[in-house]
Amino acid sequence: MTPVPRLGDDARASGWDRSADPEKDPALIPDPATTDVPAQLRKAIEDAMARYPDSRSAAIPALHAAQELHGWCSPEAIEQVACVMQVTPAYLDSVASFYDMLENHPVGRHSVYVCTNISCSLRGADALLAAIGEAAADDADFNVRSFECLGACDIAPMASVDGVYVGPLSIDDVPQLLDDARSGRPVLPDKQLATRLVADPRANSQQFPPHAVEQGSSR
Amino acid sequence: MSDMLLLKDIDEPGLNTLPVYEARGGYAALRKALAMTPADVLSELEASGLRGRGGAGFQMGKKVSFLPQGSMDKYLVCNADESEPGTFKDRELMQKNPHLLIEGIVIASYAAGADRSFIYIRGEYVLQADVLDAALAEAREAGYVGEQILGSDHSLSLVVHRGAGAYICGEETGLLDSLEGKRGNPRLKPPFPANQGLYQGPTLINNVETLSTVPAIMTMGAKQYAELGVQTSTGTKLVSISGHVQRPGNYEIELGIPAREIIYGLAGGPPVGSEIKCWFPGGSSAPVLTPDDLDVPYDFDSLAKAGSMLGSGAIIVVDDSTPIVELALKVAMFYRHESCGKCTPCREGTNWTVKMLQRIDSGEATPMDLDIMASVQDHIIGNCLCVLGDAMAMPIGSMIAKFRDEFEAHIEAARARAGLTLGSVPADEQALLAHGTS
Repeated sequence: MTPVPRLGDDARASGWDRSADPEKDPALIPDPATTDVPAQLRKAIEDAMARYPDSRSAAIPALHAAQELHGWCSPEAIEQVACVMQVTPAYLDSVASFYDMLENHPVGRHSVYVCTNISCSLRGADALLAAIGEAAADDADFNVRSFECLGACDIAPMASVDGVYVGPLSIDDVPQLLDDARSGRPVLPDKQLATRLVADPRANSQQFPPHAVEQGSSR
Repeated sequence: MSDMLLLKDIDEPGLNTLPVYEARGGYAALRKALAMTPADVLSELEASGLRGRGGAGFQMGKKVSFLPQGSMDKYLVCNADESEPGTFKDRELMQKNPHLLIEGIVIASYAAGADRSFIYIRGEYVLQADVLDAALAEAREAGYVGEQILGSDHSLSLVVHRGAGAYICGEETGLLDSLEGKRGNPRLKPPFPANQGLYQGPTLINNVETLSTVPAIMTMGAKQYAELGVQTSTGTKLVSISGHVQRPGNYEIELGIPAREIIYGLAGGPPVGSEIKCWFPGGSSAPVLTPDDLDVPYDFDSLAKAGSMLGSGAIIVVDDSTPIVELALKVAMFYRHESCGKCTPCREGTNWTVKMLQRIDSGEATPMDLDIMASVQDHIIGNCLCVLGDAMAMPIGSMIAKFRDEFEAHIEAARARAGLTLGSVPADEQALLAHGTS
């Protein structure tokens, strides 16, 4: 039987007893006078705060904006968001560590989320993930990870490349997928979800007369 | 054709823009609703018998009527955190017909007396959120959302809120916590959201598909809508079919048609040369059914009677090439990953189940472990604040019950591979036994 994995200091689990440095004072709400926040980020966060009755609701949009700028929810990013929102960094840490799309470690610029949930794995997602992972292994620009159901089982197996859904993917698509992402081109244009029609043949309205839209006619 | 309510004209180019939507009769239902009193709109919704399309299947009209009267701030939250494995119907609706959802939200908020509304959309749906934002800007400009909508007394603000990737935020109270900017932990109920929800105010939470159905009910009238489907499950339903079928995708069906007609008739059945082993009728949280159940009518109560549930309307078909242990492990790993960790039975139970299934695969399990695993499932159900743990326990429990022989054969084969036979004790366990512990 395999022994229970242990961390460096013989602890069985990370987290509850290791996150804080007891020598350090607790982090307070950052002082706006001494914290430097990029103007663009400040504006994005303030806009988000203005949308809600309670400004704390902006935590996720604000962290998203900071992650876009810094690449991940780094201590610096958290401090800047905390400064604008006037909350403690610990509060934002608790939020950032909960959600899958907020990164707690430095990652590559291009995110490739490969869905490995039931429907996709029934159609070969695990082999696809391995292939993409291998092809991008030497490229620090890529953040390849398996993801729980992305809600696109009709194009299984699929992946979300920098937020763009593509599928159904085969192993042969992997080089082009990575190339497209690297060079900033639209990723696999023929396989993007945006172009897919509804499967229900009765709803499939390709038979619409081509000029119906411009004339605004209601059949 | 006539029974298409949600997918009608769905692929028409530009349907996501206001001019095309209006040309197809859009926002007429809203005008009709605003000419009625909120109480009349509410009684229409109740008379339609529309049941929630998110998973629980609770009557929508009844849910609206639970909101207290009074002049306090009331909230309407549209649950667009579609994360149930196998489900992708809301994605299609939001991406291709966003105004239908917005119209439904405005009508429902009028009936409920809500003045602030939110669409909580999962963060992964970037395209769909962008489409919604663009449609919302158009609707605001045209006066369908905002102050004194179309000259009436009804005002409504609407915000599209993007999540950040957490299945648990589809649970209504977890969603509310997340919308308030916290970790998405479910809350203790009662108080129910209808009394104390978002920012402690009365809150109505409905699924995208439920709200998108509201304009159709207003247009055709509750009575005519209730004639669709069967008595306790009225109307049409979007079904997302995936897995081992020839034509995966979204289909709109009238509730109550046999499941066989959906899986074989619409989706083309499993690939040639393979047979269906089992199928999830309502997302991965629903107990699996076997080919024997294919003639069950696809509606809320018939599926409940067959020992499963309609859930979100996501059918996942699994063919006979898939080992059941592998399937169970996939399901269990998903729920382990998504458990928020607040309640012990779910946090520990999902983790235990994954470990026990891995033991089966590595040849360390005995048939007795199946009973232990089944009892772990029994102890999760009903013992947590939300049903995430139950959502793992039910399908896993059903797999053990229905495919016990295959589990046992898998255990046997894996033990043989690992060089163990039933009754033999692994070396390290022997050492423990020698010390009088086990």
